[in-house]
Amino acid sequence: MMGPLLVGIYVFVLAMFVGFEIITKVPPTLHTPLMSGANAISGITIVGALHAAKTGDVTLSNMLGCAAIVFATVNVIGGFLVTDRMLEMFGKKKKK
Amino acid sequence: MSGVNSELLASVAESATGVESSNLVAAAYLVSAVLFIVGMKRLTKVRTARAGNAYAAVAMFVAIAATLIDIGTVDYSWMIAGVVIGGAIGGIAAVRVPMTKMPEMVAIFNGFGGGSSALVALSVLWSSVIEPGASGSGADILGGAAATTLVLSVMIGALTMTGSVVAYLKLAEVISGNAILLAGRHVLNAVLLLGALGVGGYITVVAGTPMEIQNGVLAVTIASLLLGVFLVIPIGGADMPVVISLLNSYSGVAASATGFVLGNNLLIISGALVGAAGLILTQIMCVAMNRSLANVIFGGFGAEESGGGGGGGEYVNVTSAGAEEAAMMLEDAESVIFVPGYGLAVAQAQHAVRELASVLEGRGATVRYAIHPVAGRMPGHMNVLLAEADVPYEQLIEMDIINPEFKDTDVAIVIGANDVVNPAAEHDKTSPIYGMPILTVHEARMVFVIKRSLGAGFAGIKNELFEANNTNMVFGDAKKVITALTQELKAAD
Repeated sequence: MMGPLLVGIYVFVLAMFVGFEIITKVPPTLHTPLMSGANAISGITIVGALHAAKTGDVTLSNMLGCAAIVFATVNVIGGFLVTDRMLEMFGKKKKK
Repeated sequence: MSGVNSELLASVAESATGVESSNLVAAAYLVSAVLFIVGMKRLTKVRTARAGNAYAAVAMFVAIAATLIDIGTVDYSWMIAGVVIGGAIGGIAAVRVPMTKMPEMVAIFNGFGGGSSALVALSVLWSSVIEPGASGSGADILGGAAATTLVLSVMIGALTMTGSVVAYLKLAEVISGNAILLAGRHVLNAVLLLGALGVGGYITVVAGTPMEIQNGVLAVTIASLLLGVFLVIPIGGADMPVVISLLNSYSGVAASATGFVLGNNLLIISGALVGAAGLILTQIMCVAMNRSLANVIFGGFGAEESGGGGGGGEYVNVTSAGAEEAAMMLEDAESVIFVPGYGLAVAQAQHAVRELASVLEGRGATVRYAIHPVAGRMPGHMNVLLAEADVPYEQLIEMDIINPEFKDTDVAIVIGANDVVNPAAEHDKTSPIYGMPILTVHEARMVFVIKRSLGAGFAGIKNELFEANNTNMVFGDAKKVITALTQELKAAD
């Protein structure tokens, strides 16, 4: 039976490989959108942040959690929206 | 969100499917992870990119919904406050930011991602160790793996945050975009890194009281914050594409580290995907400069070493032309390639270039744009900038494809690019940029270089192109020069 750390390392290493395999040959036009899209995905820490602010008490841990939610939400909302804006701009050109 | 009784929802789901809600959450996380992977893959193809981004957004929504079900009914005050504030900031920024400010936006967003991961890790430490007043070391209370990754999460997250803030300040030109080299910075960085790791180890295995752990983690946090500043401060503007890509990668790795702390595979997977994407971009940028990552980070290129290297000295035999003269030479051009660089972004000349291109096309010329991978301040900077001016992206041609075309091109117009068009990179072994792949602009029949003065480029070296027989320098602000050219051409009709 593997310990949870080892399972985590398995998942991490395999996910890295998946990442390297699917992100080959990115056309330069998509360098910026890929980066800002990836950025939005790194906002996935919101999952941890929500757990970190789940009691109503005024404690430092909840405040830190709340700040983490603010940061992650900026990333998620801002990241996906701005990426969409950029890609919409590129798409518009295609029809011409 | 608070109106939804998620516990009820979970129990409904449970009775409907016969599975426990924890399994439901795990299944939803799997769906989310798969959607992230598919979305990321689609983001790498022009045709599917927009859908890919939408897939990733849906994945995020699924993840958040599953997390709320997992958490159950609680006091949502902090959550709602956080989501409302963050959503407002992110939403307003995303809608309002001009495309020309995209490098700054991407830079600061990397910082938010890193900061969030560090804050989650700190919050976990406070809620499970410091606030309950638990005694024992971090490993005793949290387990060795969680305690260790918690320290790493704080470190990577904190340095990503301050590093990104410095990158942002440099891009916004609040602080100098040049390399700022502090004496003894390598020693300082080594001390900060080893110090943070050492204190991290102390928290994990040695510290016995909440106070000791608290002081220790504060020290780790401060050292990591400083490390982020000191790592990015010495990196000059033209190396920003590498730094931003690398910070992008770090923000993913920080999320993964947080996933280890929480035992959450979704965080580990998504963080690893972002980490891989950032590393790939970093590598593309390094290859495009023929430099190793270590050289970019520790090199302080273009500052102290700039005095040395070949090709320095005064320019001789420079031919310059005014807008009128240049326009005359452009009149008969049948093929024109624009070569944009950071100077184009500074002068905000993208719309002017697009207009000139239209006039040239109206006269029957073919117009294309040659894009060097590291032109500008972030990966893909020129593409975003030109797309904003409605330049069709089919006209933006990658370096490897456009290079063989220069020799059959009548006029190449270099706008605010310097080192990426310096032929010395191809043949002068003493040049600091020797070996860097360049756009072979000098092979065009005629070259115009629009530039404010004969100042050195980022690498601080002389550009042979400026002295070439087929080169005409057109001095002035890029936007004004291009606009003048356009008017002259229109007048000629």
